[in-house]
Amino acid sequence: MIKNDHFLIGDLAEAKNYHQQINITKEQREEFYSDLKQMTVIRKVEEIIGENVKNKIIKCPCHLSIGQEAIPVAISKYLNKNDFIFGNHRSHGHYLAAGGSSYELFAEVLGKVTGCAKGMGGSMHITSHQNGFVGSVPIVGGTVPIAVGAGFSALMNGKRQISVSYFGDGTTEEGVFHESLNLASKFNLPVLFICENNLFSSHLHISERQPYNSVLRFADANGIDGKRVDGNNIAEVSSTIKKAIKKIRNGDGPFMLEAITYRFRGHVGHDENVDVGLLRKSDLVFWKKRDPIKRTLEGLLNKNLIKETSYLNFCKEVDNQLTKEWEQAKNDPFPKLSQLSASTYGTND
Amino acid sequence: MEQMTDKKKISYCQAIYEAYDYLLGNYPDFFVIGQGLWSPWYVGNTMNDLEKKYGKDRVIDSPVAENATTGAALGAALTGKRPMVVHPRMDFMILAADTMVNQASKWQSMLGGNMKIPLTVRGIINRGGEQGAQHSQALHAWYGHIPGLRVVMPYSPTDARDLLISSVLSNDPVLYIDDRWCYDFSEDVSEISKLKLHEQIPNLLKPGSDITLVGVGYSTHLCLKAAELLEKENINAEVIDLRIVNPLHASIIIESVSKTKKLIVVDGGWKSYGLGAELIASVVETLRSGENHQFRRITIKDSPAPTSSVLEDHYYPDEMDIIKVTTQLMG
Repeated sequence: MIKNDHFLIGDLAEAKNYHQQINITKEQREEFYSDLKQMTVIRKVEEIIGENVKNKIIKCPCHLSIGQEAIPVAISKYLNKNDFIFGNHRSHGHYLAAGGSSYELFAEVLGKVTGCAKGMGGSMHITSHQNGFVGSVPIVGGTVPIAVGAGFSALMNGKRQISVSYFGDGTTEEGVFHESLNLASKFNLPVLFICENNLFSSHLHISERQPYNSVLRFADANGIDGKRVDGNNIAEVSSTIKKAIKKIRNGDGPFMLEAITYRFRGHVGHDENVDVGLLRKSDLVFWKKRDPIKRTLEGLLNKNLIKETSYLNFCKEVDNQLTKEWEQAKNDPFPKLSQLSASTYGTND
Repeated sequence: MEQMTDKKKISYCQAIYEAYDYLLGNYPDFFVIGQGLWSPWYVGNTMNDLEKKYGKDRVIDSPVAENATTGAALGAALTGKRPMVVHPRMDFMILAADTMVNQASKWQSMLGGNMKIPLTVRGIINRGGEQGAQHSQALHAWYGHIPGLRVVMPYSPTDARDLLISSVLSNDPVLYIDDRWCYDFSEDVSEISKLKLHEQIPNLLKPGSDITLVGVGYSTHLCLKAAELLEKENINAEVIDLRIVNPLHASIIIESVSKTKKLIVVDGGWKSYGLGAELIASVVETLRSGENHQFRRITIKDSPAPTSSVLEDHYYPDEMDIIKVTTQLMG
């Protein structure tokens, strides 16, 4: 059924809205404090990466997801290790939320053999197979059909597995995206499509690229159930995705979540890119007030569900741990030259 | 004493059918997806009624979405299945180039190795009969350029069957190319032989001492026909069937040319930046200076395929072209 609000995002797209704290009950304390901690770790990992992109110690292109942490943290809570997750160019958060190692991510962006892709991938090609994070690639839309294919595997296995496809609003302009939705719908595949709609594709605002700013119209067009959420509200993403994943596991077919969010940094690199893109300069300051970490922390503090010192101590521990991991990664060896040809083909013996 | 084996005569397209029958019957993780798989006219007689025997969930006729179906097959390969995607005409497979070139062939290297990516893409060359520029292409050399993608092109019915099976059983992404002009070739075949694809090298089909003729797929057939006719002129041609386009194994060809001093590569693809150039370069690089060798390429013309039958006859090389060039080289 065609719904008008599946064409237009509405007030969620306005930077001045949705700054309020997240409403968290006493019963939800454990869940959302744990989520807050995980979002904080992702933020801090990416801040270290950003800093070292700035000082040119990291040379590969890094696309930071600072500001978008709530989405993968909420989703990974409802995933199992035998589910399949596929990312894109901006996937540090997807990888870490799935359980990928921060140390191996540091080593990877430094091109070290101890990296999650043995130093072959850098920031844009990361993997954590043991955590179900099959891989990420920067070709826009590249992993969407691949995630659909993992949906075929999941369906054939009959073990209630699901496949998760993370993509941005830019991907919805690629032809293969539409082919993939059609396949997933026609074959009733257990695929969760997650559009992190941060309103930008590189430097171009969605209003300069599409006639409408909501991607849910594409779900409608393909007979896929879909819902929009405030992507910076951990509670809203969590409750929506919990229900969606349950339905997918029960055989109801694919689902599309449109999570409205915003990246605090530019398309690539450490810079905030306030001079690049429509409304960026005027909006960024307000989007920072919709920070998913800030809003979750306020929600917990203002109801006295946690003590501020406890959170600050946690932050200090994380800082220490990440500093250690970063130093270790910097001291790790680079790949041997023989690794280049040895990894072109797989082992077949 | 040589052991007697049961042999039976089958055609190239029956051989492909037998490979599917074997794989679907023995490997539960194997499935096939592609356009026209439930139709009798898309893939010749290579897959007749397989969906009735093995189910429409394992032999899947797909929407018109080359890129997404190829991507989906790759996704299934990355998550434990052993899929094949079929493109009944290679021309349409170009729409899946992103998945094949950017994804399938690169995930192994780019994500650090140790992965299994048992994806087979079957691209069928279907040309002639005034089908024209977008229904005729043979793009094996193009795909042979891509590291990480194995490219296989059988000439004989035995290879059509056994290389298809070994492509599917390989843990690397493979492009398996069959040419419909080969479908009526037939030969006595033995029991299925489970080959390891990465160990396969070119076949020396006919020994000779005067000149080396190398073909791949249908052009191997032309080389054999020419060699037969050349015998009558007392020219003894050595014929080699390349079989594997990528990675290239040139040592058998180098060995042959060091003996014959003359090499003609016959190819159903274009000349510019093509298979012939690559093979000849691989041989030339091994020569010592001062050695006097001769090299020629016989290919289709560097034009899009025409429709008019007069132009088609002009466009595609045949055995008489090989005989003409051979005679020139023999002086």
